[in-house]
Amino acid sequence: MEYFYSAIIILVTILLAVPLGRYISKVFKGEKTFLDFFEPIEKLIFKVSGINPLAEMDWKQNLKALLTINLVWFVWIMFVLLTQTWHPFWNPDNILSMEPTQAFNTAVSFVTNTNLQHYSGETGASYFSQLLALVFLQFVSAGTGIASLALLYKGLANRSTRKLGNFYYQMVRACTRILLPLSIMLAVILLLNQTPMTFKGSETVVTLQGDTVNVARGPVAAMVAIKQLGTNGGGFFGPNSTHPFENPNGITNAAENSAILLIPIAMVFALGYYLDRKKLAYLIIAVMTAGYLMLLIPTILQETGGNPVITEMGITQPQGSMEGKEARFGPVLSALWSISTTVTSNGSVNSMHDSFTALSGTFQMLGMQLNAFYGGVGVGFINMFIFMIIAVFISGLMVGRTPEFLGKKIEVREVKIAILVALLHPLLILGGTALASHTWMITENPGEVLKWLNNPGFHGFSEMLYEFTSAAANNGSGFEGLSDNTSFWNISTGIVMLLGRYIPIIGPIMIAGSLSQKKYIPESSGTLKMDSPMFGIMLFSVILIVGALLFIPALVLGPISEYLTILR
Amino acid sequence: MIKNLKSSLILTVILILMFGVIYPLGIYTIGLVFPSNSVGSPIVKDDKIIGFENIGQSFTDDKYFWGRPSAVGYNAASTGGSNKGPSNPDYLAEVQARIDTFLVHNPGVKKEEIPSELVTASGSGIDPNISPNSAYIQVKRIAAVRNIPEAQIKALVDQSIENTVMGMTVINVLKLNLKLDELK
Repeated sequence: MEYFYSAIIILVTILLAVPLGRYISKVFKGEKTFLDFFEPIEKLIFKVSGINPLAEMDWKQNLKALLTINLVWFVWIMFVLLTQTWHPFWNPDNILSMEPTQAFNTAVSFVTNTNLQHYSGETGASYFSQLLALVFLQFVSAGTGIASLALLYKGLANRSTRKLGNFYYQMVRACTRILLPLSIMLAVILLLNQTPMTFKGSETVVTLQGDTVNVARGPVAAMVAIKQLGTNGGGFFGPNSTHPFENPNGITNAAENSAILLIPIAMVFALGYYLDRKKLAYLIIAVMTAGYLMLLIPTILQETGGNPVITEMGITQPQGSMEGKEARFGPVLSALWSISTTVTSNGSVNSMHDSFTALSGTFQMLGMQLNAFYGGVGVGFINMFIFMIIAVFISGLMVGRTPEFLGKKIEVREVKIAILVALLHPLLILGGTALASHTWMITENPGEVLKWLNNPGFHGFSEMLYEFTSAAANNGSGFEGLSDNTSFWNISTGIVMLLGRYIPIIGPIMIAGSLSQKKYIPESSGTLKMDSPMFGIMLFSVILIVGALLFIPALVLGPISEYLTILR
Repeated sequence: MIKNLKSSLILTVILILMFGVIYPLGIYTIGLVFPSNSVGSPIVKDDKIIGFENIGQSFTDDKYFWGRPSAVGYNAASTGGSNKGPSNPDYLAEVQARIDTFLVHNPGVKKEEIPSELVTASGSGIDPNISPNSAYIQVKRIAAVRNIPEAQIKALVDQSIENTVMGMTVINVLKLNLKLDELK
């Protein structure tokens, strides 16, 4: 049955993404939609802020606007987290202020749409912080990603002009027209299925057996809805959507899992409508889905197979591996979620990734390391765009023609930027992991002094590799056994998140800026057809060769070695 | 630059109000339509909240159905999983200990009959559910302790199976144990 449910979730999501993609394309273009009653509100917002939303800007002006407002958000969230002790309201459980490096890490992780969460929601964040800082940023950081993509699409559609549209206009409308209505719908589904939404503090309960237990709760439904739709992933409680308040049953699980994938997939359909190249959109969806299934199917097989060491103890595992998983989801739906959340840079979980069987960690990490099979809202397609530029370039070299991308010549500048952006990701992940491993090795008795790792041997290495992978991909999930709330991890992953967020936005927008001013060259018989299956295969190979190959040695040291050790 | 900064500041304030205050208050207002759901679906008995439907409780007594092992001792104020990897020797020793405990408390049950979910910790640490098999295997023990015919308890388990949509077939351990207490 679970296999059937999984197929339903994937299919329904793709079917919903088609009309949503058409709608998003209209929102990007500023065309009429059925939600135009928001327009007076938006106009008022822009008027009060002194912004002319119709003033088109070039790539530099847009990037300035994007970075400035992101900096303002960072300062705001730092302020809120450092002053929790004095929050005037919405802090019934009297949560104290965060420690500075933890506040830095949390602020960066929410501004960058990562939600790495080195704190635990029920003990580390007041309701005030959760709503006015974290939920607010879950909207606008997703809005930033979507707006960046809108600028990119404009650049691709343009002919000989510098103007990419207006960042503020796209960002605000991404929030009001796309994220808000979908979040309200999802929040209602959650409320119907017993997800709480209350400002009451925790409740002390004497259990049936006579133990006294404090049950944490809060305004959960509002946060869970936007964390899934905006590929944020930051949950209200420590264990995220594994917690029965965040994800009470099969229906919420299906709705949330679908919400994780929905907007990233719709963004690609939006490209098809925006540029009127539907065939190209289908081709990209096909490449992405092939990659998604390539990671998903072996993960499901691994999890349903169970942990071989436990089988050896004489326990049969007809259900599969259950450590770190919830009875109401079981291994198949947990595996489906774990790959959905890692390929999309969402990072919410419905089971503990640290306790998956050995090989599954490889697929979860690969999802984040490639970061382009659906990807985050907006930024997912931006990553795919980088791979497409490289694929076009390599194809061009193979046939000895100047490479063209949708009728625009690709020249030295674009390829340089694309390669730099593509190589940054492995540099951050492998460099960070190397730094952490080195620190661990030169420390005497690290298990007592640093106390980072929750597991010995290969799995301990995987915990560090996973953390940097998650930070660089702006994912936010973790091998949560890692004791990451230390100044080393707070600061190092904070820097990695910043670089891993802004450089892959700045680079592609620069490319969009330069493509935008180029003349359009009509297709001829020698043009590489980007919507042909041949190009699809080319693109898939480039992703695997450029993207995956660099990570294989590190993966061999971690999850693959662990797998081989316990293989029976 | 200055103009950018000023616009950014004002826009930020408006967006904080929209998405950090009005949006959650809106969802809260919708939630008032479902008064029980929105406060976490408490179970009230004699005017006292004795638990929440979806928050698992610790059951170690032989007279109750046991739920999943928990890495946090069913502490619903600080939830989480064990985060132990599949090859971790400490973890495997823990699983072995759980197997031994289960066999001692459930004489007559063979090791290979124990569902793996009863010896592995849940992800949230407060998993409210177990599968029907995990309940059936405990029927004999509970019948003996409570001096109630096995058939009667098995019937109770049968009634407690929840037909879930899009999820696994499960039993809510707390609700089952509440019914069990009403039997006598």
